[in-house]
Amino acid sequence: MAGDAATAEQIERIRAGLGLDKPLVVQFGIWLGKVATGDLGESFYYRIKVTALIGQRLEPTLALASLTILLAVVVSVPLGVIAAWRFGGWLDRFLMGFSVLGFSVPVFVLAYLLIWLVSLKLEWLPVQGYMRLSEGFVPFLRHLILPALTLSVIYIALIARVTRASVLEALGEDYIRTARAKGLSESRVLVRHALANAAVPIATVIGIGVAILIGGVVVTESVYAIPGLGRLTVDAVLARDFPTVQGLILFFSVLYVGINLLIDLSYIVLDPRIRY
Amino acid sequence: MRIGGATLAVLIALAVAAPWLGTVDPSLFDAASRDLTPGKAGEITTLEGETLRHTFVMGSDSFGRDIYSRVLYGTRVSLAVGLASALVALAFGVVLGLVAGYVRWLDGPLMRVMDGIMAIPAILIAIAVVALWRGSLSTVIVAIAIPEIPRVTRLVRSLVLSIREEPYVEAAVALGTPTWKIMFGHILPNTVAPLLVQGTYICAFSILVEAILSFLGVGLPPDIPTWGNIMAEGRVQFVAYPHNVFFPGIFLALTVLAVNILGDGLRDTLDPKMAKRV
Repeated sequence: MAGDAATAEQIERIRAGLGLDKPLVVQFGIWLGKVATGDLGESFYYRIKVTALIGQRLEPTLALASLTILLAVVVSVPLGVIAAWRFGGWLDRFLMGFSVLGFSVPVFVLAYLLIWLVSLKLEWLPVQGYMRLSEGFVPFLRHLILPALTLSVIYIALIARVTRASVLEALGEDYIRTARAKGLSESRVLVRHALANAAVPIATVIGIGVAILIGGVVVTESVYAIPGLGRLTVDAVLARDFPTVQGLILFFSVLYVGINLLIDLSYIVLDPRIRY
Repeated sequence: MRIGGATLAVLIALAVAAPWLGTVDPSLFDAASRDLTPGKAGEITTLEGETLRHTFVMGSDSFGRDIYSRVLYGTRVSLAVGLASALVALAFGVVLGLVAGYVRWLDGPLMRVMDGIMAIPAILIAIAVVALWRGSLSTVIVAIAIPEIPRVTRLVRSLVLSIREEPYVEAAVALGTPTWKIMFGHILPNTVAPLLVQGTYICAFSILVEAILSFLGVGLPPDIPTWGNIMAEGRVQFVAYPHNVFFPGIFLALTVLAVNILGDGLRDTLDPKMAKRV
């Protein structure tokens, strides 16, 4: 920060200005105090408030994460239900194979595979970059589909596996036999009786998966050159911009814990027997 | 499980035998052999200044280094980092888990700290740790292991809580066996099977995280040939030369897949109760 030719005096002045001359515990206390008032400090590199910086970069990350979760849930829940319904069938075996593969193929390898196939060979979608929602919905979506698809694969693997397991368990219950015996249609049995009773573990795994999603966002945004929070994290680490790194980790952790709290609360709706 | 084990054995053999499999020193480069496509012949200059003919089976990168040699030597780094991280995470997790499960008054404070660590996504902890200490082999191993420690601790703690009620532990207590001996001699051996399974999964995840860190440029220094580093170097020219990214990518995916299949197989063998559905 002081440059290569700084004198000892200059370095001392900057250290004092940043509060680095105080003991570590005191520094932490000051930081905590500021966090409590909503002040995450100023970025060393960008020279603006970390909170403002996070605000600027929030939209792409939120868009990517929401589309990913949406895509993952829409694909994986029906897939898991059908796999459990036809337990041991070809779809079931395909799904189990796919989920092991989904856990093993790294996000960025998958990202490059998709870029190569969809953008370079087939030329269907743009290779990289991001368009803000205000620049039009279609370009926005065209830039977001590939990253979201990349990121959703591991999520689909995770959710589909849990959906399959918990629906399979529900299907063995007596009330399923009762529902079938009173002549309900198979789809109604599956959705209203089996899936509804399997909902709590599925919701739980969606919440836990947010941790994987946050890790994935960091990688995906780097590969697809999306100017979001994940990209900012990597840039801040490389620039040794500690206030920004601290702020981002705090932000992501609060987000993760917050989402899981919401999921815990959703149990009341999903399973009326649960009371807090 | 056999497929996973066999694939892994082949990979280990490749890593060990890398110098004798037609590779050159992975750090050697030659300006005349830059960006060769796979299968092309070119030349490479040794440190002594000698120029050798060399066929670039997997092509070369933008410095003229042999991708094939780098990928094979990268296998060593990836497997070593995966194994070392898993061992570090297991070592700390086992001790902490035993303490939390057996020494009751430490349980609360210890597990709250673990909950705190678990609230931060794993890759972010790893990135933050590397950012603090700069990437070196030991830093990266520790950085990958830290977020896994709470998971191992929780597993060991839950096992200890049920094992401590077993009659043989009660008998040991009644005989006046010292606490540390009960913990390590009577309880620990009964946690080995689930730990082995968990360790395998951690190993797979560690290999993945190391590649991600290196790929993002916050992992091992770029001169060390790791799969992540090779891909990080190749991504700039991905459009023109996709092989720089694909070959290490295939090795990486294959390795993680093999370790995961091995883990699933171990789980099914060691814990038949869990095997039936998930």
